[in-house]
Amino acid sequence: MITLTKVSKLFRTGKNNSETIRAVNNVNIEINKGEIFGIIGYSGAGKSTLIRMLNGLETPTEGSVVVADKEISKIKGAKLRKARQEISMIFQHFNLLWSRTVQDNISFPLEIAGVAKPERMKRVNELIKLVGLEGRENAYPSQLSGGQKQRVGIARALANDPKVLLCDEATSALDPQTTDSILELLVDINQRLGLTIVLITHEMHVIRKICHRVAVMENGQVVEQGPVLDVFRNPREEMTKRFVQQVTEPEETKETMDHLFERFPGGKVIQLTFVGDHAESPLITKLVRNFELDVNIVQGKISQTRSGSYGTLFIHLDGTEDEMLRAIEFIKAQQVGVEVITHA
Amino acid sequence: MLEVLLPNVDWEKMIEATKETLYMTSISVVATFFIGILLGLFLFLTGKGNMWQNRTVNGIISAVVNIFRSIPFIILIVLLIPFTKALVGSMIGENAALPALIIGAAPFYARMVEIGLREIDKGVIEAAKSMGAKTSTIIWKVLLPESMPALVSGITVTSIALVGYTAMAGVIGAGGLGNLAYLEGYQRSQNDVTLVATIVILIIVFVIQIIGDVITSKLDKR
Repeated sequence: MITLTKVSKLFRTGKNNSETIRAVNNVNIEINKGEIFGIIGYSGAGKSTLIRMLNGLETPTEGSVVVADKEISKIKGAKLRKARQEISMIFQHFNLLWSRTVQDNISFPLEIAGVAKPERMKRVNELIKLVGLEGRENAYPSQLSGGQKQRVGIARALANDPKVLLCDEATSALDPQTTDSILELLVDINQRLGLTIVLITHEMHVIRKICHRVAVMENGQVVEQGPVLDVFRNPREEMTKRFVQQVTEPEETKETMDHLFERFPGGKVIQLTFVGDHAESPLITKLVRNFELDVNIVQGKISQTRSGSYGTLFIHLDGTEDEMLRAIEFIKAQQVGVEVITHA
Repeated sequence: MLEVLLPNVDWEKMIEATKETLYMTSISVVATFFIGILLGLFLFLTGKGNMWQNRTVNGIISAVVNIFRSIPFIILIVLLIPFTKALVGSMIGENAALPALIIGAAPFYARMVEIGLREIDKGVIEAAKSMGAKTSTIIWKVLLPESMPALVSGITVTSIALVGYTAMAGVIGAGGLGNLAYLEGYQRSQNDVTLVATIVILIIVFVIQIIGDVITSKLDKR
């Protein structure tokens, strides 16, 4: 559905445009129809520029961008405007027209597409039901909560039956609960309408919750990409590891570890990583039954992704050195990731 | 009672002068509104980072606007005498004031329009573009509606300035309350005429301000 080939974007800045910044650097991405594809990176990583090239708000300096069989990076004028009606976008700050009511905001893209009034009204009503805004048709954006505003944004984006939905940090201005309800709505429309969704975010939580595949961006480059569960299980780049930690490790981990090393100078602290079905097997019971060890559960967390669960568990083992090594071998044989944490 | 307090006021003349002032003000306000919005849109759209970005055109419009905005109104009237004569055929009467009023006020209003347009959230314009909107659609359906409260409060301020300008134009023969206050009041030492003319002008200004405020707050749904 979307193919990015060797896409780069240079910006000229400074006096007399003497300096160039490579906002996006040689990016290759292939996104399938019906997929939810996430692009994660910190601010300044180039993800905003990248997503804006998908609907021609930015044009690449090099490379080609093909969306729904149209080469967005080449077409201009009326053709580009027509193509944009198939590639909708929702925004971090919603970007609704304050001067229009909810239904008039949703009607706006239909007016642009030249849809007749009776048909517009009918479509607007369907969309209002789809995003769950019944009863707020005549409210102005200023009278809505953040979550409701984003629902209007989504309804507006769906008005012209697009093939692709671009989400520019669509949940970053929302509280966690509202974020979840908007993400559920996105999954719902993805499944119901078979819509391809591309989203950019700096929150791994969003990727974990709804994405099928993810690309990690740093300094304009995609440093890692693949199915979400694979990236969680096996993050190769430092940047990716940091993002994965956002969701797998509670923030206090480091403090807890320090405390633990103080209390139990002997023994070992081990981080176990479970993926998919193994996340549910009774490993701890087996450890206690089969080995002469004290097992102390420090903390753990299981995260659900679209294609399976992913968990981390920190335990403290105490016993003879041999017994501990045997236990670690045993755990490895269970296809569970093991990492011995040393005192920092 | 009134005749005792204000012995020199000829009420018929006063009403006639008020009508002339209202005539000059309303015609020039309407013309200023349209010309100012047009100029303001050009200033905005040719500005940096906007749809018709063009440094040369922007520089020229900007220079013209600044020049006409800087000339003191009383001098502008004098400078425009040949132009007015060619256009209206006379230097006397309320129509003769109109060219100077409009040329004096439109650039002033154009700047306010430009400021109003700049205050529109860039994201909203981007959203309209992302939906495939043409520039003309963006102008009619985004730029003008989203800046309307600023456009209305701007024209309110400009209208009040125009009432003042009509009084100045009156001094050099354009009619209206300024003319009456100068000829009948000042020149003939009839202070009561000047006083009443001033009060009428104040009332006109207050009414304009109230109407402007009501419309602005009705329009603003933010």
